[in-house]
Amino acid sequence: MHFGPVLDRAPEFVDGTINTILLSGQGIVIGLAIGLAVAIIRVEGPRWLDRIAVAYIEIIRNTPLLVQVFLFFFGLPYIGLRLSADTSAIIAISFNLGAYSAEIFRAGFLAIPKSQIEAGLALGLTRLQTIRYVVIVPALKVVFPALTGQLTLTLLGSSVVCAISANELTLAASKVESLTFRSLETFLVAGAIYVTLTFVFRFTYWLISLWLFHRKDPARFQIAGALPHGQERVEA
Amino acid sequence: MIQSFGFSSLPILLHGALWTLILSASTFVAAGIFSLIFALLRVLGPKPVRLLIAGYIELVQATPLLILLFLAYYGLSFLGYYFPPLAAAVISLTLYATAFLADIWRGCIEAIPKQQWEAADALAMSTPQKLRYVILPQAFRISLGPTVGFLVQIVKNTSVTALISFVELTRAGQLLNNMTFQPFEVFLTVAAMYFIICYPLSYYSEYLQGGKRARSST
Amino acid sequence: MPAVQLNNIKKCYGALCVLDGINLSVEPRDVVAVIGQSGSGKSTMLRCINGLEQIQGGSIDIVGHRIEPGTHSLRSLRKEVGMVFQSYNLFPHLNVAENIMLAPRVVKNVPKQEAWETAQMVLKQVGLADKVGAYPDELSGGQQQRVAIARSLAMKPKVMLFDEVTSALDPQLTGEVLKTIAELAAAGMTMILVTHEMGFARQVANRTVFMYKGQIWEEGRSEDLFSAPKTPELRSFIAPNLK
Repeated sequence: MHFGPVLDRAPEFVDGTINTILLSGQGIVIGLAIGLAVAIIRVEGPRWLDRIAVAYIEIIRNTPLLVQVFLFFFGLPYIGLRLSADTSAIIAISFNLGAYSAEIFRAGFLAIPKSQIEAGLALGLTRLQTIRYVVIVPALKVVFPALTGQLTLTLLGSSVVCAISANELTLAASKVESLTFRSLETFLVAGAIYVTLTFVFRFTYWLISLWLFHRKDPARFQIAGALPHGQERVEA
Repeated sequence: MIQSFGFSSLPILLHGALWTLILSASTFVAAGIFSLIFALLRVLGPKPVRLLIAGYIELVQATPLLILLFLAYYGLSFLGYYFPPLAAAVISLTLYATAFLADIWRGCIEAIPKQQWEAADALAMSTPQKLRYVILPQAFRISLGPTVGFLVQIVKNTSVTALISFVELTRAGQLLNNMTFQPFEVFLTVAAMYFIICYPLSYYSEYLQGGKRARSST
Repeated sequence: MPAVQLNNIKKCYGALCVLDGINLSVEPRDVVAVIGQSGSGKSTMLRCINGLEQIQGGSIDIVGHRIEPGTHSLRSLRKEVGMVFQSYNLFPHLNVAENIMLAPRVVKNVPKQEAWETAQMVLKQVGLADKVGAYPDELSGGQQQRVAIARSLAMKPKVMLFDEVTSALDPQLTGEVLKTIAELAAAGMTMILVTHEMGFARQVANRTVFMYKGQIWEEGRSEDLFSAPKTPELRSFIAPNLK
């Protein structure tokens, strides 16, 4: 095996990697926003909206991502939106993740005992405030593994958008392959990059989980203006 | 010649759908055999074997299916073997599916409480007997839901083989699109056909996992 | 002017009416104990008062708010009526101070500093000033319940509702919670307590209500009710519970 010619084309791989990160990154952010909104609609909203949400979720979950990509790419022009391949890809990925993450978020919401919500309401919080301050963080904690697993699938699944020539790593690898004719080496390198990306993303998710779910050390707990623990404060 | 998309287009799509089903079934059977072996090895095997299989699972789960497919189709031809699209498809799909299914089944086996193993031990059963009469029947029941659910994934995954020109349903759609230039209608129909195949499986999977569907009202 | 007035409350689940014509008047500074068998409707009545359950008939007048069948805008009511639950329901991902400060800041827009000072004050009131940074799972049941009481107090309610708040506690821990409640009562808080603790009801509550099959069966000064029960149902209810 000769990796030389392939590694000579490192810039293409770097370009492709950056594009994959940008593509799936945007898809993830938008997809999670859609998923959260749909989950809240399903849990709190009216019945008819719930049925629409279920239809959306079931259609996405029972059709392949590749077909969804084709539908968005070829279908959007029909409603007057002539978008680039890259943009269509992001939209398709977002809608795809939206459906899967909606179900995951909803499972998290349903895992929170009703009594927590009652306590929030009894204190005068609105339903939305209760979701924001009482439900979301514990719900996220419950479903975090499932959610990050889905995000990994999204990252890796983004590889199929090369079918509409959207710029990402697999497309870059295909180009390198057609130039060097070194198929095995090219795709091994691409594969290795994807594996590395997966582990980097997972590490990032772990860091995020630390920030989201960490506990404040009581000894250092203080609020701006309040005094550190251990000092007496004379109360009026 | 540009045809119009209509009922006359159906045979092509149905032909593609047939191959989707054949591909899915073969993958499921092949992956099933390997997954069972790997799952058992991960639970009962010696440490190096367990680590090896765990490594394989981690590695494959961190790689896109498409890359595996390209590696099998384009890459292996380098080694002097020509892999027709069908062979490349089955090999990579099976490799990919096994990594996930073996993990699912391992989870189901590990879900059986230790007390069951101990009870079988106390009855002087050998390991094959424990597996056959006590552990696997219970693990099987737990695994039904997730396994049927994963079957849906397998069917959807076959769409990727279109990118090595294997004529399954999605590829049939692409070919039809080239003939009719009506991509929206074509792929909408393709999507509908996938839905018809997958939705009953999804529904059955939910039903097996305790009727979450029944409890899904707001 | 009563702080809480229940006018002929009806609460039904389909055809089954759990509350069947409840009339009750609670004056400011009253401490009312509600006793009765499981299923007599006492918790349900309490939960109707702050709107956690909808009523199907009658009306409730509480500190200037009115609840009728179909009333949904209960937020302003809940700012002035606090509730403490049997299962404490502290928010597990927030520490004690955050639990207490959340509602004042988010519902009443109290500035952080002021909320913090209120939190310290109410924690001192329940005797847990040193637990300000602890998380709920680091506290005993009795401590968690007292934090729950402090959390309600931080909203400066006019009326407090207690729903069997010691039922989930070990006997040793019950005492500290009852002591806190007694102190609140002595300080003049208007309270309605659903409770199994007969001795406590007799000592701390100035009025007691005995519920039976969805109705108020007997009602009056605690001392009168416990020493001279008028109905056979109350008599047989009290008998095994006398300390």
